Amino acid sequence: MSADHKTTQLDAPLSETTRTVTVVSWKTAGVLLTVTVLYALLLLAVPHSGDTRFLLSQRGDFFQIPVIVVPATVFAWGCGAVMLAVTAVAFALTARGRRTSLWLVVLYSLAGLLGFLAWAGAGSPRDLSIVGLLGGAVLWSVPFVYGALGGVIGERAGVVNIAIEAQLLGAAFTAAIVSSITNSAVAGLVAALFAGALVALVLGVFAITYHVNQVIVGVVLNVLVVGLTSFLYSQVLVPSAETLNSTTRFQSIPIPVLSDIPVIGPVLFDQPLLIYLMFIAVPTVWYTLNRTRWGLRLRSVGEHPKAADTVGIDVVRTRYNAVLVAGAVAGLGGAFYTTVQLSQFGENMTGGAGYIALAAVIFGKWDPVRAAFAGLLFGFASNLQNVLSVVGSPVPSQFMLMIPYIVTLLAVAGLVGRSRPPAASGEPYVKG
Amino acid sequence: MSAPEPSPGSNPEQEPGLDPGTAEELEQERARELGAPAGEEVQDTASRMARALQQTMTSSWTVAVGAVLLAVLAGSIMIAFTDEEVKAAAVYFFARPVDTFVAVGQAVGGAYAALFRGSVVNLQAPDFVTAIRPFTETLSYATPLIAAGLGVALAFRAGLFNIGGQGQMLVAAAAAGWVGFGVSGVPFPLHLLLALVAGIAAGAVWAGIAGLLKARTGAHEVIVTIMLNYVAYYLISYFLATPGLLQAPGSSNPKTPPTAESAQLPNLLGARFNLTWGFVLAVLAVVGVWWLLNRSSTGFAFRAVGENPRAARVAGIDTGRATINSMLVAGGLVGLAGASQVLGAVTTGFSSDIDAGIGFDAITVALLGGSNPWGVLAAGILFGAFKAGGTTMQAAEGVPSDIVLVVQSLIVLFIAAPPLVRAIFRLPDPNRRRTPKKAKAARNRKEAAA
Repeated sequence: MSADHKTTQLDAPLSETTRTVTVVSWKTAGVLLTVTVLYALLLLAVPHSGDTRFLLSQRGDFFQIPVIVVPATVFAWGCGAVMLAVTAVAFALTARGRRTSLWLVVLYSLAGLLGFLAWAGAGSPRDLSIVGLLGGAVLWSVPFVYGALGGVIGERAGVVNIAIEAQLLGAAFTAAIVSSITNSAVAGLVAALFAGALVALVLGVFAITYHVNQVIVGVVLNVLVVGLTSFLYSQVLVPSAETLNSTTRFQSIPIPVLSDIPVIGPVLFDQPLLIYLMFIAVPTVWYTLNRTRWGLRLRSVGEHPKAADTVGIDVVRTRYNAVLVAGAVAGLGGAFYTTVQLSQFGENMTGGAGYIALAAVIFGKWDPVRAAFAGLLFGFASNLQNVLSVVGSPVPSQFMLMIPYIVTLLAVAGLVGRSRPPAASGEPYVKG
Repeated sequence: MSAPEPSPGSNPEQEPGLDPGTAEELEQERARELGAPAGEEVQDTASRMARALQQTMTSSWTVAVGAVLLAVLAGSIMIAFTDEEVKAAAVYFFARPVDTFVAVGQAVGGAYAALFRGSVVNLQAPDFVTAIRPFTETLSYATPLIAAGLGVALAFRAGLFNIGGQGQMLVAAAAAGWVGFGVSGVPFPLHLLLALVAGIAAGAVWAGIAGLLKARTGAHEVIVTIMLNYVAYYLISYFLATPGLLQAPGSSNPKTPPTAESAQLPNLLGARFNLTWGFVLAVLAVVGVWWLLNRSSTGFAFRAVGENPRAARVAGIDTGRATINSMLVAGGLVGLAGASQVLGAVTTGFSSDIDAGIGFDAITVALLGGSNPWGVLAAGILFGAFKAGGTTMQAAEGVPSDIVLVVQSLIVLFIAAPPLVRAIFRLPDPNRRRTPKKAKAARNRKEAAA
């Protein structure tokens, strides 16, 4: 944003006309139109009649909401109409040189999603549980969100953290062992913090002290930790699985009153401790990065280390601190696998989640809150298959599973566009 | 001066605070600038030897050997600590420590001997052909690693991080496989050629999407290639589960029919070895990429954009076009890896795990090879050896082949950090001599002396 502003100011004296030039592009409108057309084609190609049953409350909830039954075809086309309307507004706004606001895009996405769900669940005798869909999305997003936060902290300090995958996996492994030995999920969580920080320390030693290309260190650490944990898993954990690899898991803690709110309650306020920590972690990271002295120094080191050094900030120390914190935060995400999701460690159980978290960092433009939302989106994508497989989807499940990633592609191409990483991200700082 | 490390204080002109190494460099600097005066010939021979010794000690080969030694040492420690017999002997370590060391020796020695036996040469073999078979296995494993490694390396040189090897390999395998068993009635070399072209083209198109999006919309290639991995995986899964597309007729498994005889890469060394002409193609690709990067204007554009996109744009290079082209070529190379899998290594039909993690291994290969084609060739063969040997090691000694991953990644890590390796082995640093500040200091000293 600031870069655009600066260019305009610089250009202004050269010619008067540049002042009226607007930089709003047609990309957003174009993408919206593309998605709308695809959506309409989907409805036309695979017509699907019947009713869709949206379930908004679970049995035993304080407030019982009756199942909402909608005629699928009509509802899906109605949603399509909303999408078309938003697209038209977007075109109109762009033509007048104004940006399409985020709220319009959100409205559009919501309409598209509801229409898609209505179409997918049409004719199914089973209920499509909205609570299950959203609650699962929050749960599945945990490693992505923590991983993305770790990635954001590292990159804002100028250290590319491709080792998120390694931090997640190492933390999951350590949490499994410690939680099994101590019979305490909290102990496992603390161990995961340290395991994530340990992987980050290795990253720091090579990337900060020895100026090794950070992408190399990150990728190699990912391989190293896969090898290390798989080796130890088959040599140590498998022979004594009873004592070393059967963890105590976090149980869901319903928050009184709040968890009784319809839909939102069970989705947000009836979750394990790790998820509540996540709700706290996202704003905390944002506040720390943007409103504290430590965060300012961290960002200055990531944008212009030489300038930071000149005013007396210890670049190396700041980067080490940032990388260690980033590793610990990512480690919390790793704990999800063995203290929330499953009660045992499995070989390479993170399965590339760290790379998705990396995508979330870039998708979120290196901002903790946006990156967390991007992580949530990927969590939603992971969970969509579970819900749709219950309902029984009309198109092959593989295409259902593919849709979130295609939507991400379109979103990255059309809505996010050129993203600017911190200026010194990936640059080792050599004093002098 | 004759000693490799003169003690501080031997030189009266030495600046306080300079370490012995620097002092020695100053001496050498001066010797070089002044030329060898008469009467110091004896000393000169000695210094030449010292310099030769220092050059050997500081060469990148020494660091590479040191890195391999460190990685192997780390692997040995892991094997020793998890070996059952070592554990048993360690219980009475203080009574009979020798037993523990013998057990460690057997565990570690046995594992590495098996690794060597499975990857280089089997000395226990009854005849010559069986003895050299392991090395041909190494080359077989290396084939897709080299091709895919080239794809990642080329993208690196153009400033792009191609994480999408998995997806590119999958679509390439699907395309090559489909031509390989779906098309019939085409004679041998033509059928093979068609299948190869289909695979390479599919890989190129898949990576080209990332290049196109990057060039036209600025979408970050890391996100796009990761997302394309998933899209490719699910797409191939769908094809494999659908009769009439990739699924073998009359089967309900998500697996393709075997590749037709006429589309298979022929064996390079006869029927007794698994090595196919795919390896030759990979080596040709190495030469091709070397030529492209170092001898062609297209490759120059790739490198220029990779080094500094703004400067490249100012110099009149179409950066968008270079981005798209580099991704197309990179995808084609990864596609060659995918096609060689289907047409050479796994000809009995494949499923959605045909990429076998090579797309990600290729990143490590490219990094170890320094993104240079010949380096990628060497790194690919080394990693191929680890893959071939790791299988033997697991079968013969019961050591999980995952240890190979650890050793591999440690080698890359240590090679990437020469100062660390030098510090551990106390090797001298070659770069310090070139520091301009010190050279200037030496020149000043010379002027003062004159």
